[in-house]
Amino acid sequence: MAETKTITLELFRYHPETDSEPRFQSYEVPYDEDWVVLDAINWIKDYVDGSVTHRWSCRMGVCGSCGMMVNGEPKLTCAAFLKNYYPFPIKVEPLVNFPVERDLVVDMEGFMDKLQDVKPYIIRDDVNDTSEGEYLQTPAELAQYKQYSMCINCMLCYSACPVVGHEDDFLGPAALALGHRYNKDSRDQGQSERLEVMLRSEAMWGCTFVGECTVVCPKHVDPAGAIQQAKAMGAQEYFKRFVMPKGAGATKGAGA
Amino acid sequence: MSHVSSHHHDVVIIGGGGAGLRAAIAIAEENPDFSVACVSKVYPMRSHTVTAEGGAAAVIKDNDSLEDHIYDTVSGADWLADQDAVEYFVNRAPEEMIQLEHWGCPWSRRPDGTVQVRPFGGMKIERTWFAADKTGFHMLHSLFQTTLKYGNIVRYDEHFATKLLLDDEGRCRGCAAIELRTGTVRAVLGKSVIICTGGAGKAFPFTTNGAIKTGDGMAMAYRAGVALKDMEFIQYHPTGLPGTGILITEASRGEGGILVNRDGRRYLQDYDLGQPLEVDDPRHPQTRTMELGPRDKLSQCFIKEMWAGRTIKTKDGDAVHLDLRHLGEKKIDKRIPFVRELARSYAGIDPVYQPIPVRPVVHYVMGGIDVDSDSATNIPGLYAAGECACVSINGANRLGSNSLTELLVFGGQAGTHAARFAMDHPDYDVSGLVAQADDERDRIRRTYFSSPAKSGGERIAVLRKELHDSMEEGAGIYRNADSLEATCNKIAELWERYANIALDDHTNSFNTELTAALELSSLLDVAQSMAHSAMERTESRGSHQRLDHPERNDDDFLAHSLAFHREDGSAPRIEYSPVTITKWPPGARTYGADSGLKRE
Repeated sequence: MAETKTITLELFRYHPETDSEPRFQSYEVPYDEDWVVLDAINWIKDYVDGSVTHRWSCRMGVCGSCGMMVNGEPKLTCAAFLKNYYPFPIKVEPLVNFPVERDLVVDMEGFMDKLQDVKPYIIRDDVNDTSEGEYLQTPAELAQYKQYSMCINCMLCYSACPVVGHEDDFLGPAALALGHRYNKDSRDQGQSERLEVMLRSEAMWGCTFVGECTVVCPKHVDPAGAIQQAKAMGAQEYFKRFVMPKGAGATKGAGA
Repeated sequence: MSHVSSHHHDVVIIGGGGAGLRAAIAIAEENPDFSVACVSKVYPMRSHTVTAEGGAAAVIKDNDSLEDHIYDTVSGADWLADQDAVEYFVNRAPEEMIQLEHWGCPWSRRPDGTVQVRPFGGMKIERTWFAADKTGFHMLHSLFQTTLKYGNIVRYDEHFATKLLLDDEGRCRGCAAIELRTGTVRAVLGKSVIICTGGAGKAFPFTTNGAIKTGDGMAMAYRAGVALKDMEFIQYHPTGLPGTGILITEASRGEGGILVNRDGRRYLQDYDLGQPLEVDDPRHPQTRTMELGPRDKLSQCFIKEMWAGRTIKTKDGDAVHLDLRHLGEKKIDKRIPFVRELARSYAGIDPVYQPIPVRPVVHYVMGGIDVDSDSATNIPGLYAAGECACVSINGANRLGSNSLTELLVFGGQAGTHAARFAMDHPDYDVSGLVAQADDERDRIRRTYFSSPAKSGGERIAVLRKELHDSMEEGAGIYRNADSLEATCNKIAELWERYANIALDDHTNSFNTELTAALELSSLLDVAQSMAHSAMERTESRGSHQRLDHPERNDDDFLAHSLAFHREDGSAPRIEYSPVTITKWPPGARTYGADSGLKRE
């Protein structure tokens, strides 16, 4: 009988009640080429060490729970296959640029606040009654924002972003892309008040289109592109508001 | 010990998925001075609604009618749905869907800007709204983002509710919940409560359901004295990826995908589901026919093909092929891009060039918390909506794309009714409720932290795996008295062993081993209600197929089963309640050409 193949996972461990410093702990895990890193962590928790702590749910890349650093790169662990690392050890750490709650679980309260800050909902002066039917939106109008609506809030882009790490008030790639998503939605009239929030931070202008956020995004949202477009819209807004006061109040034209 | 902290609101919602968020918005909009608590064991956008792919049904097009949607739903349910509830659901569906459109959901569109619809299994007319093939994702995020508008929705994210709190008059006034970050138990109180905690597919080993779908809300209501209704009806979705159980949406068949066996035959034609048209025939796919038959029948056909030796052997068990190649790359990328992404990532198959191996997979629980057509339970002040609830509009088999709409229609309705109850019954005694939450905190510590850590007791994962294997073996697509008895006995044994469970982790902060233990107890309760309800129903109807009782028996079983909890570990008491029939008397359930049009 062939010897069972194994692979080593080095997990970041930190318990706020007992540890003053984080440490790494190694586990030998049976190697299965169909397994993802998340499967291996679950196996450890189920059969070796029930105290290992992580978040997960859907295991199909859409709930956004299981983002971690895998060998230093931000990844959805449900989409990171062991076979891409075997036979070498895999080091798993919590997403960087976030405070750690315990082991592989990070504190996402700050991220949740930033999502709320960009007013990610339809804002209109004139709300139609549902009896009047749907707002019309052509496929071309849908295409204006569809890509930016695909964010699963996995926060990998915050771990990849060089600005997030040292600018606390930077809204960050996902939140800005979400704000931009609503600004580009033909049903929305809230661009002006939303841009005010999005542009409040100097840090946004500090985003230099490095594009690391877009590279790591598992859903191809392209936050970097959204931020560049938002800057351009912000500049127009500024122009309208302060240079041409009579044209104040940006409204969305057809195909904006 | 000191008392747990108490937090006061008008309405408490447990669960932050589609139904819970819709309920929250309904309350927040209609009652701006109300405080609405939303207690969820995960951040709301992680809720399992997020994985729904294909779409949400509502009559919107000129060629469609409310009557047709009702008939499809009732016949799809094998007449076990309550027809007054189905009528309400179908009538409310279009307005709810338009409302969600107004809240920003990115529905796929026609060139003229109106919403696009696609055909779906068991539906005679195409009426399934969709956002490509990430409909649940977009619905959930649109709802969640919309809740951020309302200052009066207070979220308790990552709070695991463990017990309902009832006042002296038997009214539900809140829940005890563990704040995961700290392990602190809190009493989240309100004048009424809505449970929206989703299904319990994790009672089975092979499921499309995420890790969080462990039936916690069902178990909580059950233990508090509400019946679990129609729990024997478990939906197997016919097209999951072998091994992982990842869902390949029914929309892939709605767009024209076909199912073939080992010999390349479209085998559904051999099971009274109509005759196939060529894939290049403009009339393909035909509604209520072949690949667009209902899920229960398609999953049963798979098993029969397997028994006949005509399935395909894969390293992850038997499969058939879902062939999308004739759709072409352009249509696949436009209409079902997530199918391509999932098949490539998780099966190593590009459906543009290769057929996808698929097999039936546990997907949805038709049964749930017994509620009436106002979403109310028998406990005053307690409501339920979404997959955790059983109104019932789904009866013995749910039609694809009705469940997302159900979240909106009944989530909204539950919100309205719970708010009304809160207005009518504003006063309750806080100290009695806090005392119950204190007891719950002490019970949790006593049950899970009293034996020494790593004491060599039972392991959660071991018990869970034995439950899984037994449910699959005894309570799967086809059941009989012997298989169900074995499962019932196994669950009783697992309950005994559960008393000896030992955790490695006795700490407070983010103790997910503790939550896994609590989830396992929910699963045991829910699975027990499923197995015993299935044992008592000695007929075959919809998704409940008894090899020893292969016929439908309307004389004895045109009735909802009601499982009542006794103490942990003992078999539930099973009773029955009548099905409401308004205009559609039980008839033969036929699929194939012209089915669904003959109604007289």
